[in-house]
Amino acid sequence: MAMTIHVDIVSAEAEIYSGLAELVVAPAEMGEVGIAARHAPFLTRLKPGEVRVKVNDQEVHPFFISGGMLEVQPHVVTILADTAVRAKDIDEAAALEAKRRAEEMLSDKSGKIDYALAQAQLAEAVMQLRTLEKYRKGRA
Amino acid sequence: MAVGKEIRLKITSIKNTQKITRAMEMVAASKMRRTQERMQATRPYSRKIAQIIKHLAHANPEYKHPFTIERPVNRVGVILISSDRGLCGGLNANLFRLALRRMRGWNAEDKAVTLSTIGQKGTAFFSSIGANVVSQATKLGDRPHLQDIIGVIKTMVDEYSEGKIDELYVLYNEFLNTMTQKPRLVQLLPIRPEDIGEEQKGQWDYIYEPDAKEVLDQLLIRYVESIVFQGLVENNACEQAARMVAMKSASDNAGKLIKELQLIYNKARQAAITQEIAEIVGGAAAV
Repeated sequence: MAMTIHVDIVSAEAEIYSGLAELVVAPAEMGEVGIAARHAPFLTRLKPGEVRVKVNDQEVHPFFISGGMLEVQPHVVTILADTAVRAKDIDEAAALEAKRRAEEMLSDKSGKIDYALAQAQLAEAVMQLRTLEKYRKGRA
Repeated sequence: MAVGKEIRLKITSIKNTQKITRAMEMVAASKMRRTQERMQATRPYSRKIAQIIKHLAHANPEYKHPFTIERPVNRVGVILISSDRGLCGGLNANLFRLALRRMRGWNAEDKAVTLSTIGQKGTAFFSSIGANVVSQATKLGDRPHLQDIIGVIKTMVDEYSEGKIDELYVLYNEFLNTMTQKPRLVQLLPIRPEDIGEEQKGQWDYIYEPDAKEVLDQLLIRYVESIVFQGLVENNACEQAARMVAMKSASDNAGKLIKELQLIYNKARQAAITQEIAEIVGGAAAV
């Protein structure tokens, strides 16, 4: 049996794979890389593509990832997979959207804020009524 | 019999309310289990990325990323994670109290505070008190995804890169157990690897591809995202747990109220019957 290396593939929302392997092939940004045991420390970005974990000659697990990071320590390979397709412009659009929502919220003082306020006031009124009623009952 | 009609009506109405609170309790209980599972599922990623950051801190990179450099603090940014819905006890109120206390502290030190909010409750509250909210994300539901909060995180990280804020924090409820949730403030930027853990230093460095700057750029942003996301799912679990407890005590209170009212009702009814009998007996005696 050849030397093995520990492989962890995780995404922000779940653990995908964890185990020993002879070879890990990943789509690094500057070309596909194959990592075997005792590889030098290595850190790179991954492109969307296929990660293959070769456990032995018979067993190969393929995974599709939409990008991420790859870290290599002498005995551990860690793949941090992105959960969604990420690109600079998509991120930018998301940021703008979040800002727009905040501005909208600030300008629109009527809608939900009033509703929350009204709810709080209603709760207060109900409490007052209940105390009043208890007080009345006590005197009757 | 006309006796105690109001009381009877009131009992019915409380019983209806109790049905609702009990249903909410059960829904929250089942959701809590699921959110807790999600909380567990996100842990490996944050643990792994924290480990890499730790390795990095002990490698000897020739390049120092701006995210790891501390600078004098004039402005502070906070990403505040709250729940979308209410009826979960003091969960959000406790969080806001901590936020306000810290904000007052920063203001006293002449530090301006910039907020980003995730969750409807926080957004509504901090907009209404006139805090400086620059971005927000709401209605994420019970299964939030990372891409829902990328926008919020990016605006704050950009503010940091542009020098508009000098420190970035995230504030959320920490899930200790079903009964206890505690608001927690975590510093995101600048990243202090000492906080993550100690390990012996070595004279080595990674091979970076294509180069250190680009790799670190992405890695550190992913790191910030993973902490915020972890906070979000944890806050979610807190929300369900708090709601379950709150609704349980509401149901219990309703039960107590019903018991009391039932007692009053029975007494009133018995009094009416006794009086009626007394009247009949009195009438018969008079004849």
